[in-house]
Amino acid sequence: MNRLLDVTGLHVTYRGRPPVRAVDGVDLAVEAGQVVGLVGESGCGKSTIARAVCGLVKPAAGTVTVDGTPVTPLGLRRRPAALTRVQMVFQDPYASLHPRRAIGVQIGDGVRAAVARGAAPSEPAEWLRRVGLDPDAARRYPHEFSGGQRQRIAIARALAARPDLLIGDEPISALDASTQAVVAALMRDLAVDSGAGLLFISHDLSVVRLIADRLVVMYRGRVVESGPAQEIWRDPQHPYTQALLAAVPVPDGSGRMPAPPVDDARYPQDAVLR
Amino acid sequence: MSTVVSADPLRSSGLRARFRKRIPQAWRTPLGVTGAAVAALWILVAVLGPVLWPYGPLAQDFPRLEAPSGAHWFGTDELGRDVFTRVLAGAQVTVPLALLLVGLSVVVGGVLGLAAGFFGRWVDETVMRLTDLVMAFPIVILAMVVAAALGASLVNAVLAALVVSWPAYARVTRGLVVGVRTADYVLADRLLGFSALRSLRTDIVPMVVGPVLILATLDIGTATLLLSGLSFLGLGAKPPTAEWGSMVSTAVQNFDSWWLGVFPGLAILTVVMAFNFLGDALRDAVDPRTAGVLGKAETR
Repeated sequence: MNRLLDVTGLHVTYRGRPPVRAVDGVDLAVEAGQVVGLVGESGCGKSTIARAVCGLVKPAAGTVTVDGTPVTPLGLRRRPAALTRVQMVFQDPYASLHPRRAIGVQIGDGVRAAVARGAAPSEPAEWLRRVGLDPDAARRYPHEFSGGQRQRIAIARALAARPDLLIGDEPISALDASTQAVVAALMRDLAVDSGAGLLFISHDLSVVRLIADRLVVMYRGRVVESGPAQEIWRDPQHPYTQALLAAVPVPDGSGRMPAPPVDDARYPQDAVLR
Repeated sequence: MSTVVSADPLRSSGLRARFRKRIPQAWRTPLGVTGAAVAALWILVAVLGPVLWPYGPLAQDFPRLEAPSGAHWFGTDELGRDVFTRVLAGAQVTVPLALLLVGLSVVVGGVLGLAAGFFGRWVDETVMRLTDLVMAFPIVILAMVVAAALGASLVNAVLAALVVSWPAYARVTRGLVVGVRTADYVLADRLLGFSALRSLRTDIVPMVVGPVLILATLDIGTATLLLSGLSFLGLGAKPPTAEWGSMVSTAVQNFDSWWLGVFPGLAILTVVMAFNFLGDALRDAVDPRTAGVLGKAETR
């Protein structure tokens, strides 16, 4: 029985002096129809994991398999059809759409990726409707849309490829507060409805908690705690998770901002897994 | 600049109104329009050729070194040829060759720059060190050396000029490609199954073409000057070809006959200025979008 996404012992090192061990031995799994929230502070290796899962960076060690198919690093050739089942929604909606191609054409690229794997053809306008945009907007260009709308377009493009695994790499952090929760919920609903797994990367615990079934907490390239989202939210075990949860602002009118987690290398190395 | 444009007396005519819709605002600066008009005029002169010539450019039928008159607007040269005819005929030599030179530079420099920017690593290193090598020499001197080594002819002058002019395009193209290559939308399209080649064609080249074409337009003037310069030094057009640079060169030997040098000189001057104005206007028109090449224009 293959898991949808299985990451085992993943190490990713970026060249430099000294080399940066961005991801330092991470195990991670996503089942079909499951939403996994990957949280942690900036620079802890979350995005690097997303890139490794897509084949955009080459792991130094460890394996990444999608439904049993090993993920190969992307070279000059086109991505193997089996791997277009993994799609990603990027952080910056202003950079993730081709500025000079109509959005319908770009969503059409997603449709073609699905058709190349044997899926039935679909209309870009239909995908626009599903993400809550005007289907007649297909002929318009990215600069005619707001950030939130662009992120919906990026989601439509990724979903048009009918992914089995959708990755959101901080997909809501560039949006304003009023659209964050809506876009996050939209991603969850569309992914789960189509039976796909969703790996949702964010540093914003309060939003991730609302949509994730499981949480994986990362710190300095390692997983420090993982388990069912509600359990971790209610009863964090690892000191770093406790600090992270304590840093979530609560709108209680006190006007105080909670302290961020202290960057403390003395956190226990042992992960709390449940 | 736009206030100057609105004072344009032609703005009310219907043709002008239609023209205004097609041509971007920044193009319609007085300098841009003047440049376009003069450049178009010279291209027209080159295309129409003999239709406009009052005499043959090589016909030695007239008194020698005659000052400008009604019969010979620009006078006659030391062999009794009509200078006006020769200036017009010169447009057929210099203007197409300058365009050819710039076109070849764009192709050679553009392809090498694309490869360097896209593949990176040793391809990038090799191409960039080659550009460093060429750019380390003074342009005109290097062109002279190459032209002299190849032998004096117009074709060799173009080749020599090509050797010195492609690196600028390679560098600009490479820089633009490096800026776009790792943009999120390029990665997103790769994830959708674009091959590297398709990504280059669809995602990268369209973002690079605009700025490179602006550079090319600005460079047509310089190319004209370089080619005429080589001919002036006897490394390009050979007598009796009517070429502006070599006409100025013979004028040096007949210094008291001012018309020999002034008119071909003015021809070079107007072509260079016209294409510079045109390129400037073009650059101003697209400049805000040049930042868009890096995928960030809309955020500003």
